[in-house]
Amino acid sequence: MSIAAKTKTLQHADAVAVRSWKTPILLGVLALFAVVVFIILGPNGHATFRISQENDLWQVPNLVVPAKGVGIVVSLITLALAYLAYSQTKTVGKISRWVLMTFTVVFVIGLMVWIIGGTTTQNITLVGLFTGAMLITTPLVFGSMSGVLSERAGVVNIAIEGQLLAGAFTAALVSSITHNAFAGLFAAAAAGVLVSALLALFSIKYIVNQIIVGVVLNVLVAGLTGFLFEKIMKTKVNGETIYNQPTHLPDLPIPFLSQIPIIGPTFFRQSIIGYLMIILVVALWFGLFRTRWGLRVRAVGEHPKAADTVGINVNRTRVMNVLLGGAVAGIGGAYFTLVAVSSFSKDMTGGLGFIALAALIFGRWNPIGAALAALLFGVAGNLQSILSLAGTPIDGQFLAMLPYALTILAVSGFVGKAMSPAASGEPYVKE
Amino acid sequence: MSGTELNKPAEESGATPATPASKPAPEAGKESNGTQLVREIMSGNAVISVLAVVVALVIGGILIAFTDSRTTSAMGYFFGDPSATFKAMWAAVSEAYGALLRGATYDPGARTWQGRLGIFETLTFATPLILSGLAVTLAFRVGLFNIGAKGQIILGATFAGVVGFLIELPPGIHLVAVVLAGAIGGALWGGIAGFLKAKTGAHEVIVTIMLNYIAVSLVLYLLKNQLRDPNSTNPISPRMHESAMFPLLLGPNYRLHWGLVVAVLAVVAVAWLLNRSTLGFEYRAIGENPRAARTAGMLVSRGYITVMLFSGALAGLAGVTQLAGTEKLLDSDIAGSIGFDAITVALLGRSRPWGTFFAAILFGAFKAGGTSMAINADVSIDIVAVVQSLIVLFIAAPPLIRSIFRIKELRHEGV
Amino acid sequence: MESGALAIVSLSRRVAHSLEAWATRRGLCKDQHSSNITHNPTIRGRVKTLKLELRGITKSFGALVANDHIDLVVESGQIHSLLGENGAGKSTLMNVLYGLYEPTSGEILVDDKAVKFSGPSDAMAAGIGMVHQHFMLVPVFTVAENVALGAEAISFGGVLNLDATRKKIREISDKFGFDVDPDALVEDLPVGVQQRVEIIKALVRNSKILILDEPTAVLTPQETDELMDIMGQLRDGGTSIVFISHKLREVKAISDTITVIRRGKVVGSADPSASTTELAALMVGRAVNLNLNKSDAQPGEETFKVTDLTVMSDDGVRLLDNVSLSVSQGEILAIAGVQGNGQTELTEAVLGLRKHAVGSITLDGKELLGSSVRQVLDSGVGFVPEDRQDDGLVGEMSIAENLILDLYKKAPYSRRGTLNRAVIAKNSVEKVAEFDVRAQSPQDAANTLSGGNQQKVVLARELARPLKLFIASQPTRGVDVGSIEFLHKRIVAERDAGTPVIIVSTELDEVLELADRIAVLFAGRLMGIVPGKSSRALLGLMMAGLNAEEAQEHMKTQDAQNAQGDQP
Repeated sequence: MSIAAKTKTLQHADAVAVRSWKTPILLGVLALFAVVVFIILGPNGHATFRISQENDLWQVPNLVVPAKGVGIVVSLITLALAYLAYSQTKTVGKISRWVLMTFTVVFVIGLMVWIIGGTTTQNITLVGLFTGAMLITTPLVFGSMSGVLSERAGVVNIAIEGQLLAGAFTAALVSSITHNAFAGLFAAAAAGVLVSALLALFSIKYIVNQIIVGVVLNVLVAGLTGFLFEKIMKTKVNGETIYNQPTHLPDLPIPFLSQIPIIGPTFFRQSIIGYLMIILVVALWFGLFRTRWGLRVRAVGEHPKAADTVGINVNRTRVMNVLLGGAVAGIGGAYFTLVAVSSFSKDMTGGLGFIALAALIFGRWNPIGAALAALLFGVAGNLQSILSLAGTPIDGQFLAMLPYALTILAVSGFVGKAMSPAASGEPYVKE
Repeated sequence: MSGTELNKPAEESGATPATPASKPAPEAGKESNGTQLVREIMSGNAVISVLAVVVALVIGGILIAFTDSRTTSAMGYFFGDPSATFKAMWAAVSEAYGALLRGATYDPGARTWQGRLGIFETLTFATPLILSGLAVTLAFRVGLFNIGAKGQIILGATFAGVVGFLIELPPGIHLVAVVLAGAIGGALWGGIAGFLKAKTGAHEVIVTIMLNYIAVSLVLYLLKNQLRDPNSTNPISPRMHESAMFPLLLGPNYRLHWGLVVAVLAVVAVAWLLNRSTLGFEYRAIGENPRAARTAGMLVSRGYITVMLFSGALAGLAGVTQLAGTEKLLDSDIAGSIGFDAITVALLGRSRPWGTFFAAILFGAFKAGGTSMAINADVSIDIVAVVQSLIVLFIAAPPLIRSIFRIKELRHEGV
Repeated sequence: MESGALAIVSLSRRVAHSLEAWATRRGLCKDQHSSNITHNPTIRGRVKTLKLELRGITKSFGALVANDHIDLVVESGQIHSLLGENGAGKSTLMNVLYGLYEPTSGEILVDDKAVKFSGPSDAMAAGIGMVHQHFMLVPVFTVAENVALGAEAISFGGVLNLDATRKKIREISDKFGFDVDPDALVEDLPVGVQQRVEIIKALVRNSKILILDEPTAVLTPQETDELMDIMGQLRDGGTSIVFISHKLREVKAISDTITVIRRGKVVGSADPSASTTELAALMVGRAVNLNLNKSDAQPGEETFKVTDLTVMSDDGVRLLDNVSLSVSQGEILAIAGVQGNGQTELTEAVLGLRKHAVGSITLDGKELLGSSVRQVLDSGVGFVPEDRQDDGLVGEMSIAENLILDLYKKAPYSRRGTLNRAVIAKNSVEKVAEFDVRAQSPQDAANTLSGGNQQKVVLARELARPLKLFIASQPTRGVDVGSIEFLHKRIVAERDAGTPVIIVSTELDEVLELADRIAVLFAGRLMGIVPGKSSRALLGLMMAGLNAEEAQEHMKTQDAQNAQGDQP
């Protein structure tokens, strides 16, 4: 046997790697962008980041940085990292993870300073930025966890948008009728499960292409909620639209923790859905990679036949995961109408389901990665709305494009390898 | 030695090469996905299609019946007079579908001529659906799922708009330039997905979805800046020059324009391309089995790129018919729901050019009729989206329709 | 470099070691062989043994009856071989036994008790384990994760306890000398080790009956011998083994009982002492002409040359390493080797399908490397790919269309970009008749044809134009006997017409039958080119990684040792 083993090592030992230069090229381009935009076209003056709020435990002074100076530092660091990436690719053939991470963080800092420094007021409240971002991030995280659940089991979930929308609608309706936000929350989860049930029925039982089912379900849910919105929610009883006045979930600030600057208001002054989100991400990561359930789910998504031969029921696992994903996305949908805004409106998810899909891919099908991507996309989204008010060097529309552009770069292999579970999208049919 | 010892198991192993536990190349996985896609869409028959439409309409009818205010009030005294409930339900459904049918075809009761001959309105709505449906159909046949019709329509319309309202050209030439610009705009946007698929293996579904949203942001940016109508505070463009617009086909009473002729010509062209040309032969071979196509000397990546250029150009033309035919000015919602309707149209048309044509007319009728239904029967046009998506779901799952109608399966399509 | 040299040294040591065992066994009488397999007394008698019986098992897929009333008894503690051609229904039967397929009728008895398996878990619970032909391992999982899957040791709350699994793997690994690291990623392991992981999977689940489905298809002769040793140990430890194979030699070497299956039916059982010809006849159903009547080659000018060809994979692995060879007109060069040693890459590089190829490939003095597939085909290369369904045919297109799959751009099949349907139809009728393709209509989809007829379509297409080089990879894989003879004759006819021919085959028998000269590839390297009538043993050594001189040297010393051993 060792013959073959030796052969393998032999081949690897003297391999002259055929390398992918995509990532170093991308980093180089971004570093040059930094030089041109942050330094040469960069704003003069200072950018102010306001950190503390009045009721924080301790006060942190505002962070005031010279815009051009930061631009120069950021440019130099990114240039150095891009060169490091180039030389790593040349010698080892692989770029260290920390290089990419540091590059991202530094570049984002440079971008923020450039944008803030370029506005007329030249300052921004970080708390506002992050708490506003959570309004986008929360449903994104739930949506992408729905994606993680079903794609890890091998079912492509394009119907996240529909699941979110169904959740938002049902939560609003049930909460309005019962005057109980928790009833709305449960109903939203059930609505998500219902959409998932259709996805499971058509893609697993009838083996319809999973992408087709997802696309069509989105249209179906949009049509259905639109129709029912017109028919039910717009109906006035005694001059009021009583079916679209959901009771909201209260904020539950955690004492002490909620008063930590920035982190407190962002993570510890949320509704129950916000806390559920944090628990969900951690639990899902642990579940997938540390438990029997996760091992089986991943096996089903990678090599369903192998799972079958050791007695794992492939399609049942898939159905369960898709349904569970529906419940998760449904809760995410409830966030819209029970927390974020006062009532349901047509197509109110506005494509967030697809950004959730983007977060899932950008986070490489890993719950924590997807959550971080959702956070990034949330900040970008919120920055866009904040900046639409003050004159900025960059149009908000370009920030709006960011998640989508990053996802395209990710699936094109510019940001490392984005490998989906091997059997994702493949139906499993037994003779 | 015996000749029989020579063979390796093939029947038993299927087509998979003997590389145990080695991860299938991502490219290959996707290709087989595309292959399966082509097979799925092409199989099935006309009876299933008709029944799918019927079932979807019935479910739509049930929704209409139960949400009608007369029904809900009649249900209040259901046990006293159950027939009243059923009468109310029937009234609601027949009113709604009656309005739908009249609005889509011919309404003798309408006051104006425009209202009376809804069939022309149907054809007007069908025009961009035919073109964008063809775009999806063509890509399907090469095993690519173009979800990006929306973005391609937007880019097509934007390019067409630039030529149509920013530039002045002599009549005739102007329209031709507008049409060409639109096709180029769509082709560029579709080509990005084709290029990335061919060169990096990026999944076209993800790329085209993302490009749709980028297109919306891009056109919004342009409409706020370079393309904005100076007389308006909204992000809309100025009106198209008269010379840049499609002439009306049936005079000023109807919106139907020469774009329909362009659409029909496109159907003929795509049908010829797919069935009669060597390029179509390549496309079909790549769509069914890219590896065999490659071994036979076809350039699979060139196929992916060119077909996405063609596909995008067709969607771009749909954008042109919207802009230069019906809308007359550019806003960020120029594509409306056409992008996603295109997918359902292509699926209903079973990815065949003429099938797509008739499917587009049916969905055009739904749109035209839906408007009249909303006005005359107070049923939201959203029900049309419900019915359309149900149709596609049922068509995609023939076993479901068979079990509903207890039809025996005559010929089993290979799994 | 240093580690590479070390690896080579220890490699040849390994080869020498396992070769001794192999050569010794070759010299033995059939009835003695079992006593020569290493015993492991520590495990004997500890495992409860099982008897397995199949009664009247029938399995049909639609109209196709894959298994027709099969009766089979596997006595406990025996190696029972299931011998049959490809497509005879062996794997189907085993999938029924393992609960993957539900039998249409018939019953399974374990220790004389009827059992019903609704899934693999039932079969496993009954003590049946299976090593699948295509390993059922998740590539991105570690060995431990793969072994644990489905039989996980868990602690509170379903949390995985992989340490328990690792311990079990080490135990089994030590017992049988497997040398498997529980924390290695499966995708990084060579095929032979992956097979061991599969066996460990079965043993961890306390399988008393082990089904091995064509386990040697992907192994080198040496790995095969090691596997046979393991099978012997397991049998002696009380495990019943069902060994599925179509390789007569292996079956004869290891079995206690042989059951022969043909076209889904049991056609007889045989003793391992039965002669090869006898078994072959039973398996095939008629007396087999063991030799193809072919005249000696009349080699002409050397028109096809490969010089210093190196092919890399995308991630930089050297798949083909500095290979040089040439083929003359009117000659068949066969390329032998165990599956996955660079044969596929060689043919693909010639055709222009490989990205990272350097060196030189010339045909009639013209450089082919760097040309597109289209240019290579147009310069007169006919190519039959190893996997016709994946690479040779478009299953959903018609036979007629498949017959012009690489000719569609040429007149008369098309003109100015438009296909000429009448000509295409006429061509298909002619070709179907000439190559005896059994089809209802040339307009039927190609995937409605049987394997042999599909291969005829590919061959008909590739031989349709005047060729300067003909390459056929695994030309008869999965093809019925009747078609094999036909295909071989056509290939020889092409040689006799003066075309240089390259045949790639992993089956030594086919190689020996067709070749005028034989090139052996191992780990992407050319081990040498030897005459067509070389011995099986020599080729086996070369396939295991010795170059031609080393192999010949080794044979000599081996013979000398044997001679010494015979004289006390």
